[in-house]
Amino acid sequence: MSVLLIVEHNNKEVKPFTFNAISAASQINEDVNVLVLGYNSDTVAKSISECPNVKKVIHINNELYENYLAENYSSVIIKLSEGYSHIICSANTFGKNLMPRIAALLDVSQVSDITKVISEDTFIRPIYAGNAFATVKSNDKIKCITIRPTSFDPAPSSGGSAEIQNGEPGDATELSKFIKKEEIKSDRPELGTARVVVSGGRGMQSGENFKLITAVADKLNAAIGASRAAVDAGYITNDHQVGQTGKVVVPDLYIAVGISGAIQHLAGMKESKVIVAINKDGEAPIFSVADYGLEADLFDALPKFLEELNKLNTIQK
Amino acid sequence: MSKETMEYDVVIVGGGPSGLSTAIKLKQLDSNLNVCLLEKASEIGAHILSGNVFETRALDELIPNWKELNSPIKTRVSKEKFLFLSKSKSFSWPTWLLPSVQQNHNNYIISLANLCRWLAEQAEKLGVEIFPGFPASEILYNEDGSVRGVATQDMGIDKEGNKKESFEPGIELLGKVTVFAEGCRGHLGKQLIRKFELDKGKDPQQYGIGFKEIWEIDEKNYEEGLVMHTAGWPLDNNTYGGSFMYHAENKQVFLGYVIGLDYKNPHLSPFDEFQRFKTHPAIKKIIEGGKRISYGARALIEGGYQSLPKMFMPGALLIGCDAGTLNMPKIKGSHTAMKSGIIAAETINEHLNSQKELSTFEEKFKNSWLYEELFKARNVKPSFSWGLILGIIFTGIDQILFRGKLPFTLKHKHADHETLKPANEMPKIEYPKPDNIITFDKTSSVYLTGTNHTDNQPVHLQLKDPNLPISYTLDKFDEPAQRYCPAGVYEIQKENNVNKFVINSQNCIHCKTCDIKEPSQNINWVTPEGGGGPKYGNM
Amino acid sequence: MKILVAVKRVIDYNVQIRVKEDGSGIVTDNVKMSTNPPDDNAIEEAVKIKEAGKATEVVAISVGEEKAQETVRKALAVGADRGILVKAEGTVEPLAVSKILQKIVEKEKPDLVFMGKQAIDDDCNQTGQMLAALLNWPQATFASKIKVKEKSLEVTREIDEGLETIEVNVPAIVTCDLRLNEPRYASLPNIMKAKKKQIEQINASDLGIDTKPRIDQIKVEEPPKRKAGIKVASVEELVQKLKNEAKVI
Repeated sequence: MSVLLIVEHNNKEVKPFTFNAISAASQINEDVNVLVLGYNSDTVAKSISECPNVKKVIHINNELYENYLAENYSSVIIKLSEGYSHIICSANTFGKNLMPRIAALLDVSQVSDITKVISEDTFIRPIYAGNAFATVKSNDKIKCITIRPTSFDPAPSSGGSAEIQNGEPGDATELSKFIKKEEIKSDRPELGTARVVVSGGRGMQSGENFKLITAVADKLNAAIGASRAAVDAGYITNDHQVGQTGKVVVPDLYIAVGISGAIQHLAGMKESKVIVAINKDGEAPIFSVADYGLEADLFDALPKFLEELNKLNTIQK
Repeated sequence: MSKETMEYDVVIVGGGPSGLSTAIKLKQLDSNLNVCLLEKASEIGAHILSGNVFETRALDELIPNWKELNSPIKTRVSKEKFLFLSKSKSFSWPTWLLPSVQQNHNNYIISLANLCRWLAEQAEKLGVEIFPGFPASEILYNEDGSVRGVATQDMGIDKEGNKKESFEPGIELLGKVTVFAEGCRGHLGKQLIRKFELDKGKDPQQYGIGFKEIWEIDEKNYEEGLVMHTAGWPLDNNTYGGSFMYHAENKQVFLGYVIGLDYKNPHLSPFDEFQRFKTHPAIKKIIEGGKRISYGARALIEGGYQSLPKMFMPGALLIGCDAGTLNMPKIKGSHTAMKSGIIAAETINEHLNSQKELSTFEEKFKNSWLYEELFKARNVKPSFSWGLILGIIFTGIDQILFRGKLPFTLKHKHADHETLKPANEMPKIEYPKPDNIITFDKTSSVYLTGTNHTDNQPVHLQLKDPNLPISYTLDKFDEPAQRYCPAGVYEIQKENNVNKFVINSQNCIHCKTCDIKEPSQNINWVTPEGGGGPKYGNM
Repeated sequence: MKILVAVKRVIDYNVQIRVKEDGSGIVTDNVKMSTNPPDDNAIEEAVKIKEAGKATEVVAISVGEEKAQETVRKALAVGADRGILVKAEGTVEPLAVSKILQKIVEKEKPDLVFMGKQAIDDDCNQTGQMLAALLNWPQATFASKIKVKEKSLEVTREIDEGLETIEVNVPAIVTCDLRLNEPRYASLPNIMKAKKKQIEQINASDLGIDTKPRIDQIKVEEPPKRKAGIKVASVEELVQKLKNEAKVI
């Protein structure tokens, strides 16, 4: 009974969601082994070995793994899978791409995107875009599981010193090759993955007034969101739209400004960890989901909010 | 660019009970006829909303063996109640004192949407071509002025009217006869009535707005087959309306409210009246502990016989509630709509096969039980313009003593858009806040309808004068669109301290109330891109 | 080149789903069903490739109950040439679907298999990758751009950090993102024509595939209702709470 967790990294550093997955893995079984497949990736193996939840690091350093290709990754993981009861990674585009390929090769019915561990074989996972939650029990000998990272706190990244074991690469496949990666370089984080989102609704009254939102977002290193009403009114482009027909966001902090809280909008942000609503209508539905509600005129509140933020010594990024 | 054309013997616009009955009857009479039916909803039934206590008379004629065909007509009415509500009390009216038209023991509680889905299956088996997701947006005429067919809506037009990459032009569907069966206040029917002066010499049409919610209720409050109606609170004596509550199968209760659109107070909000109605002890005790699972609203016909337009014109027929065949005192329009469809099919068959004129529809209609029913019912609704009490007394005399045979016909004097009084002359109404258990706000209600309209398409609620809502209607009537719309489509928003009339057209649930009630008739409801609108289940 | 496109019939994305009272699943009676949205993008892309003269045939396939035929029919109406329905009752897990597709691929011998990246009902996001594994074909998931080359595809993938471009040898599996294209409308004449196109029906059991779920679904629940929070009196209080209580800034 041990867990094999696949580390996501870029050969230099461990991607943060890996630590969330590690903490879920520890809830399943404490014997967490992690696999680093990479090239010139010693710093990655070293750094993940310092996570106190990790009992062993398997490091396979080979040119084959310079870039992440599911075809190459899966063939070597299959070889290593023997003796493990669970194979785990995070349910982001990395894990979603990789895990089913492993599961099918092991003839396992995968459990995707779990948000809670009930026991070593029973989990809760969202279905229908989070509009329902299913409790499911896996009956396969090896369990292939992806973890919704935002549902688990990250494991600590230091304090441990797990053994690092070197492993042998698998066969090369000629099926696919990596060409390039274009990281979106924007000063502002992307709406879908930002830690903080500041959204404006029709209460903003004009596109021009969105500069109040922008100022707060700059300060908090936040993405800018909008309700459909604000998009329809032409205040902002529709790639900022949060909601059922826009983006679904799950940030640590969601600040809804001048948004009444149409259910379609709530559907797109209600899973956020902390929700703040600023609205002058105290009866607005948005307050029913807000952890902190401020009943105020946003044109007074936003500049004051910025002022208060400026007074703080440190702000989390 | 000229549109592609497709030719049929008969083109039917609208997949409700009347259009589907026409289609079925036509194929029964002559299986060689080419019949197509257009429906604007994404599937048959998705825009259908109705009580519904169903009288099977027309269906018995159309498909006599319906009981053997797994039809969704299952729950027989087992018990009836009629309550008068005061603010906190209720008084039961003995059922033997109800006019016979309001007695339902031979009827069934059904979902009309499901009945239409089933009728569509029957029609398809007979070879009718049914096209859901294709609104007929335009009437085509021959050079002699007769109706030639309809064109379907272009798809893939952006909000400025430009073609998008996905542009797909509409199709011209040409029929030897075109049947318009769009339901109450059909947007093509409205044009036909005007063009052919079908309403000449008739009273103005009367409408109501009907709300419906489906509740799954606690076992202990559930009585399958129970039909209950109420009158009185929360409406005042001068506003026409009442509720229905039908205990259907699977612990579901169909709960609804109908308000005449001839109401006078612009501060009145039909939606909030319905929500408030549910807080009455007699109602609350039944739904408490239950869960609301559906919501919807639709305008309905109340004008009856006096307002019924001529239903034939060169090349076309206008049937069901597109004309206005609902029987108001019976609170039923499905069987009458179906019967009008059957008569239409018989007329068309003789027209195509024996060269008889479409005008023979009139004679067939007058000789049918449908005409007799509507004639007998004619004086009930207008008598309520004297108020609830006098209306009831008169209806008792008219319907129980004289069985609708009084030797005069009361008139409908005003169209519904003419009845509003200026806002400053009428009392404001304070509605209670929703508790999110029994009563709800509009937004969460609209969410249950599943309505949506694809982004970036032209607004399908057109203003003849875009400035009128702010420059006139807001001042004079406090812009009642904010309240009569059951889906929160219309809002007055302050933008930099200037009032702006906002149309959230994506919320529209195709009820047509705005098209009817707007005091200056400034709002024109047109068809949006196909498949848009609500996605009702068993409404 | 021949393209097989897998499509799934799901509850329409506009419909608010309802959990059954007994927790045994989701209510599907009287509910509008549609094609899984990204599957529409998959069909569109296949048809576009055919229209560009780079493919000769597009075959649409669905696995599910009899009514899934409507979904195949819809694919035919927007340009697929032929349809296949593999009939199976109840929940069919992605592993079983991919095994069924594997059998069909062996029979049909397509060069490419397209499908949506994820079904909006079970949200599994597995079938394409699993099929690729079973066939030992390369996979290009979350595709937002596809360039057809001589014997390979160049695919741009939507990943968390941005975009990634990979080249996969043909035969290959591609799972499609909503950003890949804008699906066309089915025109009325094409719907008519689609009614005449052939849909081959096969039973999953005749393919020798056991579709019995491997995972037990113990219960389905509504998401927990969020508790209403508190109202703060001032901006100062708000910032203090966010800093010291919620610890998010």
